[in-house]
Amino acid sequence: MLGFALRRLIQSVLVLFVMSALVFAGVYAIGNPVYILVSPQADQAEIARATAALGLDRPLWEQYWTFVAGAVGGELGKSFVWNTPAVQLILERMPATLELALSAMAIAVALGIPLGLLAGLRPDSWTGRTIMAGSILGFSLPTFWVGLMLIMLFSVELGWLPTSGRGPTTEVLGVPLSVTGWEGLRHVLLPAANLALFQLSLLIRLTRAGTREALAQDYVRYARAKGLAMERVMRVHVLKNIAIPIVTVTGLEFGSLIAFAVVTETIFAWPGMGKLLIDSINVLDRPVIVAYLLVVVAIFVAINLLVDLLYGALDPRVRLAGARA
Amino acid sequence: MTGNSVLKQVIVALAAWAACTLHAAELRIGLSADVTTMDPHFIAAQPNLTAQHHVFESLVHVDERGRSIPLLATWRTPDPLTWEFNLRKGVKFHDGTGLTAEDVVYSLERPLAITGSPGGFATYVKPIVAKQIVDRYTVRLKTAAPYGALLQDLAEVMIVSKKAATGATGADFDGGKAALGTGPYKLVKFSRGDRIELARNEEYWGGRLPWDKVTLRILPSDPVRTAALLAGDVDAIEHVPSADLAKLRARAGLKLAQAVSWRTILLHLDQGRDQPPGVLSKAGKPLERNPFKDARVRRALSKAINRRLIVERVMEGLGLPAGNVVSPSVFGHDPAVKADAYDPEGAKKLLAEAGYPDGFQLTLATPNNRYINDEQVAQAVAQMFSRVGIAAKVEAMPLSVYFGKARGGAFGVTLLGWGTLAADFALRSLAATADPGKGYGAWNWGGYANAGLDALVARALGTVDPAQREALARNASALAARELPFIPLHYQVVTWAMKSNLSYAARTDEFTFAHHFKPQ
Amino acid sequence: MNAAADFARDRIAVTALAVLALILFAAFFAPFLSPQNPYDLAQLDLLDSKLAPGARAGAGFTYWLGTDDQGRDMLSGIFYGLRTSLAVGAISTLVALALGMAIGLVAAYAGGWVDALIMRLVDLQLSFPSILIALVLLAVAGQGVDKVVIALVVVQWAYYARTVRGTALVEKHKEYVDAARVMAFGAPRIVFRHILPNVLPPLIVVATVQVAHAIALEATLSFLGLGMPITEPSLGLLISNGFAHLISGRYWISFFPGIALLITIVAINLVGDRLRDVLNPRLASHYSA
Repeated sequence: MLGFALRRLIQSVLVLFVMSALVFAGVYAIGNPVYILVSPQADQAEIARATAALGLDRPLWEQYWTFVAGAVGGELGKSFVWNTPAVQLILERMPATLELALSAMAIAVALGIPLGLLAGLRPDSWTGRTIMAGSILGFSLPTFWVGLMLIMLFSVELGWLPTSGRGPTTEVLGVPLSVTGWEGLRHVLLPAANLALFQLSLLIRLTRAGTREALAQDYVRYARAKGLAMERVMRVHVLKNIAIPIVTVTGLEFGSLIAFAVVTETIFAWPGMGKLLIDSINVLDRPVIVAYLLVVVAIFVAINLLVDLLYGALDPRVRLAGARA
Repeated sequence: MTGNSVLKQVIVALAAWAACTLHAAELRIGLSADVTTMDPHFIAAQPNLTAQHHVFESLVHVDERGRSIPLLATWRTPDPLTWEFNLRKGVKFHDGTGLTAEDVVYSLERPLAITGSPGGFATYVKPIVAKQIVDRYTVRLKTAAPYGALLQDLAEVMIVSKKAATGATGADFDGGKAALGTGPYKLVKFSRGDRIELARNEEYWGGRLPWDKVTLRILPSDPVRTAALLAGDVDAIEHVPSADLAKLRARAGLKLAQAVSWRTILLHLDQGRDQPPGVLSKAGKPLERNPFKDARVRRALSKAINRRLIVERVMEGLGLPAGNVVSPSVFGHDPAVKADAYDPEGAKKLLAEAGYPDGFQLTLATPNNRYINDEQVAQAVAQMFSRVGIAAKVEAMPLSVYFGKARGGAFGVTLLGWGTLAADFALRSLAATADPGKGYGAWNWGGYANAGLDALVARALGTVDPAQREALARNASALAARELPFIPLHYQVVTWAMKSNLSYAARTDEFTFAHHFKPQ
Repeated sequence: MNAAADFARDRIAVTALAVLALILFAAFFAPFLSPQNPYDLAQLDLLDSKLAPGARAGAGFTYWLGTDDQGRDMLSGIFYGLRTSLAVGAISTLVALALGMAIGLVAAYAGGWVDALIMRLVDLQLSFPSILIALVLLAVAGQGVDKVVIALVVVQWAYYARTVRGTALVEKHKEYVDAARVMAFGAPRIVFRHILPNVLPPLIVVATVQVAHAIALEATLSFLGLGMPITEPSLGLLISNGFAHLISGRYWISFFPGIALLITIVAINLVGDRLRDVLNPRLASHYSA
């Protein structure tokens, strides 16, 4: 158990190291951010001064060495444009992204599982077919297109919800959250619904498949034949059967949600870290790009570990000694 | 008139009245780009300056038309090397301390001392070789050589409180502790990537302002910004996208304010090298000589462009055909120079005369996220080139990639936008022979070299008397228009949209200032 | 023929297949079907820009779906865009399939530390969302069709490698492979004659769905400004170009390409679904994202 977690950790550190080197060199190769950042009047001397001020005049290996030395001490460099350490910048934006991703996940789970159960119980009914058709659409609709359609319909045409941005935040245990208030909920609804679309469809299909499989199994048929109430059959047998895949996928998909938040945040002007990444790519703010990736990878590693552990708890047959097969 | 419609009108009037009383004291503006810090000397980027100008002020300001006006100080030039600034009396920083000459000298030195920043402000204070405090309210600045553009430079450098800014970190400015200026608004909260909240400075020297609370919302996505205004989430937006112009204009309850911007969109043609990248014969073979070195070819390309059509169709009115390096209200614009008229036949004739009766091919490189409809403009120009026999391809890329490549000489024809407040300034960067020692030609991607133009630009910049300097700058503009070191396409038109109970004096320098919005 | 008949029993799937065939036809014969070559700037006319559907062109034909801001006929743009999108989706999936299959087979066959190394790599790759990998790759490598294809291959290969290895391991221990080995057949022969035919059906199902996924991903990347070059727009880029015009009421610039993209992806997904049911009813009914 401990060995498994430890091995995972070592692997992850190795990945972080390789990835940081690649991204570092890659961003370096694109060009000198000073050209984008300096004012138009700047002459050659000023460009050289600014380049030196950001440490970009040194050889690449030296810049990387400085970075690694700092990283070991938890310092990933200061942003070129935001007058702030990159890590702090990302941690500052993280609550907004996590809030968005968790809201999306909540929507996906709250709607996906009941709809999936419904579709699984009555696969050939009109309801079941409609739900499945909807889920195919959910898979297929391009997120960014849906996002704009949602804004057009609910904000511009109907005026029900705000177009973009995050509502006022209140501190909860030191973390600024917006979903604690009515205004904040109104702001998060559209982007979260947009982001949830894919996972919602996924959960519907997963739940439906799991339900159908469970209902077809002998012990469930036996239980039903025995005259057990449908409600109990559902609770004891069906839910148990679908719990493991749903927990796994929900956990793993949380990483996807954080990544796809990049798109949603761009459309809805949501001040999260995904939007920060796109902005940073646009101005070649290397410290922030590298720091974002390191932080996000660390989150993924943590999620994967957590899912594996949960998996083990839900299904004792799974041995944690080996990786997932 | 039916009773129903009367009732409707009453409701509308009541709603408008309610909206007025509710929002009269608050102004919410949608900005088009991210503000990255409240330290006014960290990075010379317009979005940052926009927000910082609410909190800080500079010695010299520019008016709506782009001309220098006094702000914290008035000035005189006792001799061509000396500028004396007399500070306004009774000006207080937000912490209550008075503005003195000490703060001014400190603020002019800080840009050179700041570390780890991409800066840009050092350029503005470098011409000053000595600073002398005459008394509490008088500062004398010396330049090494006569330098007429000092006022324009000083308009960019904001004055901070020496007491508050000494030893202050970025976090101190962003948190508000060090962000103590003399400006009309106090910083309440800076939420990166989201909004900036400001409160009226009740002791502002410039009198009482209509808004006691201002929120600057960061809305970089164009449709989102427009939608926010349509939905009433903000009261005004800057940089109205061209596509939404018609819709906003037609919408009841909203109105627009427009000005010709200082930004000129132009094409650089590589005249420095013998084989510019992408410039080939129609068969794809290298050409014997570089066609752009021939002034007739440059003129032909200029005549091939239907600027009016680009302005109408691609820019949807957000442009004005350009012939000068700077737009009409900017210092040094020569009104006698007109944009080249669309003349495809003339263009073909000139190309034939220059030895290219069958044309050639070129690749036009453009950024795709910098100027209004940049990549669409480039495609339209390429269309028009093809009509006179020049096969043109377009290569569009994000600015991050574009600037580095263009500077590295990866392209033969490049699109660039330029915004400065004086023609001699613009020409120094864009068309003067590249000379790192003098700081000339830093953006002369075309490699154009003309000693006559260099001399004229140097003379204009070295003239302290504004009228004389402007005459020289005009001559330089006219020379550039004759020689075409680059091809001007259009001046951008900048647009604000706001609720109809507001008004804004549209600024040629594109800045959005809450304190210039007035209720009606 | 059994499988085909089985497939035909679902009317929705058959309709989807027909639609898909139509789309492929349009993409393949785009140059003959389109009134205009939307990639040739010389054929576009700025005077015809932003015309509503049904307007007449200066050149005489009708813009059935309107024009974009360059005067590009949207119908032609969609035909050519389908071509680009489908090509990018299909090529990247095929390359990823071949690569993933090769790597998966090597892992299964070699076993030991090679297998362990490859599978760790696969695990790692799969634990990152595709969009993030593609985003970073394109940000570093720059735009262009080739780069998008490379990014999509990098995103997809690991999934095939894992599937192939899993199936191959099961097959490896079956009697017929043992028999083949006893008969001293070479490794290539065992792989191609015995293992591949068993591995392929599930892979084809996955690949079909992955094509749709790749197309959607390409569209998203283009939307974020990291995908295709502007002068040769894919469906995603067409939609992205129209993004600016939605509020002004020029819905056709992004609406029609959006619908084309939607229909394409739905059709592929429906066909993929049915294929899965027919080829391998036991396969779990979810795909990896």
